[in-house]
Amino acid sequence: MTKAKSGRDGFGRALVELGEENQKVVALCADLAESVRVEAFANKYSERYFQIGISEQDMIGTASGLALANYIPFATTYAVFAAQRANEQIRLAACYNQANVKIAVSHAGLTCGEDGATHQALEDIASMRAMPEMTVIVPADEKEAYEATKASTEWIGPVYLRLGRTPVPIVTNDTDPFQIGKARTIKKGTDVSIFACGIMVERALQASEQLASEGINASVINVHTIKPLDKEAIINEVQHTDCVVTAEEHSIIGGLGGAISELLAEEYPVPVRKVGTQDTFGESASPEELLEKYGLTAANIVTASKKALEQKEQFLAKERS
Amino acid sequence: MANTREINEIAKRIKRDVIQLTSKNTGHPGGAIGAAEIIAELYFNRLHHRPSQPDWEDRDRFVLSNGHICTALYSAMARSGYFPIEELWTFRKLNSRLQGHPSRHDLPGLETSAGPLGQGLSIANGMALANRLRDSDAKIYCLVGDGEIQEGQVWEAAMTAAHHHLDQIALIISWNDIQIDGHVKDVMNIEPIAEKFKAFGWHTLEIDGNEVNQVKKAFDQFEQNTGTPTAIIAKTVIGKGVSFMEHEAIWHGKAPSEEEATRALDEIGTSSFGSDLVTER
Repeated sequence: MTKAKSGRDGFGRALVELGEENQKVVALCADLAESVRVEAFANKYSERYFQIGISEQDMIGTASGLALANYIPFATTYAVFAAQRANEQIRLAACYNQANVKIAVSHAGLTCGEDGATHQALEDIASMRAMPEMTVIVPADEKEAYEATKASTEWIGPVYLRLGRTPVPIVTNDTDPFQIGKARTIKKGTDVSIFACGIMVERALQASEQLASEGINASVINVHTIKPLDKEAIINEVQHTDCVVTAEEHSIIGGLGGAISELLAEEYPVPVRKVGTQDTFGESASPEELLEKYGLTAANIVTASKKALEQKEQFLAKERS
Repeated sequence: MANTREINEIAKRIKRDVIQLTSKNTGHPGGAIGAAEIIAELYFNRLHHRPSQPDWEDRDRFVLSNGHICTALYSAMARSGYFPIEELWTFRKLNSRLQGHPSRHDLPGLETSAGPLGQGLSIANGMALANRLRDSDAKIYCLVGDGEIQEGQVWEAAMTAAHHHLDQIALIISWNDIQIDGHVKDVMNIEPIAEKFKAFGWHTLEIDGNEVNQVKKAFDQFEQNTGTPTAIIAKTVIGKGVSFMEHEAIWHGKAPSEEEATRALDEIGTSSFGSDLVTER
């Protein structure tokens, strides 16, 4: 395995290639060029790079103006400063305008780490997912972030690309190529379906190994696109297992777990256990300590899987009686 | 090219449309009437645009930031050929392309959706940067209300325009000293306006925005200016030409009754440009 890299690294690698491949691609930044990995693009294509300073609301508007004049802007900052600080600008200037704006954000989730709760976006998927016209992508690793960045450029309309700060091992492969809106099954199982996104995909795989050692056969599906949700693949998958665990580096309110719960409640009601932060802010510590404290480990996914299986048995027993 | 007399006739036509539309369909008449001369000059003299080809890449663009005054814009667009004049009657009705606040994806020719205040200049800046990348010298005219500049984003965008030397941008501030809760200077004072923009690095002009000659002259000066964006602080009167509307905050968002509309149309007077909307259905 190569040296672990982060989602933001994959974004930066793709963006600098896009500079060469597509003359319409431009980038904007709000004083975080190195941190969001836009620096290489800025150095190489300075005429297509716009520093906007610490003014994220203005940056989203400016990016939208560029998009309305037929460019493909990548507006970059941290997740909290885009999805949350500039929420209404994203709604009006990007989404309601159907502007072809790509919003690439780093430092999403708890693994933002020592900076603390102020910088740890744990509610951004919920607010971005609720917006009409918006596409929401949460890549699992550097490679998938690279592919998602390239795919976003070809995709028409606003995209929210949620990138992490912390390096994680590569968990995706080429057997099932990345496509926006198509979930990627990494492991097929029969007992429980684990749907994960972002850095939790790696942990879901670790959990499935632990579960296997205990005789439980879990599926692991990487749902990198939260919106549009791959409804067909999710329902097909759940029909084989009849119980579900979701895992995400986000609040259990309104994110991947919320999206899948909404879908299954209407189309195929089965037990769903959600792994994520429990309606709380984070705090300062190392990423690993935070994931442990806030219940985002492989062990938490194992526990949730067993709980889901237990509930499934209860449901079946009720049906039989 | 339309001269001052002709633009005044067109402005009267826009004002008459605004009265007819808001009276029947609700909306915000005061600011729309107060900006009629500016919008008339833009759509009928100043903008290089092609109503039959609204996506023409080299067009000059008009970015309406204070979207609530959109009746004046819809009127100018219909009267200059973007869509059939009769469609104006659909304003604020179900399934209309003429939303209560502008919806870009519904109506070709609108440069942006608007309504939530403070966002237009940022969007205009993005368009100006795009023009620079394309080596186009097309102009971007952005209209904001005076109360609107209480929004912090306006000042973020003002910095951006000056920092990036966006001299293709003209920001027109319709200064009528009225916002929903009263006089701007009482609600949240924005003065001195010109000094603020000067301090932000802008070329500034101060005019009477209801005097077509002064509007024309300001736009001429803007077109000659290089290196800095231009702020045109245009003193306007809310409801200009309708005595009972002038300077009255209530006419920001109140629709005139049938009787008030008749009085308003009498005071505005007839226009030699086009004809009145035929009262529908």
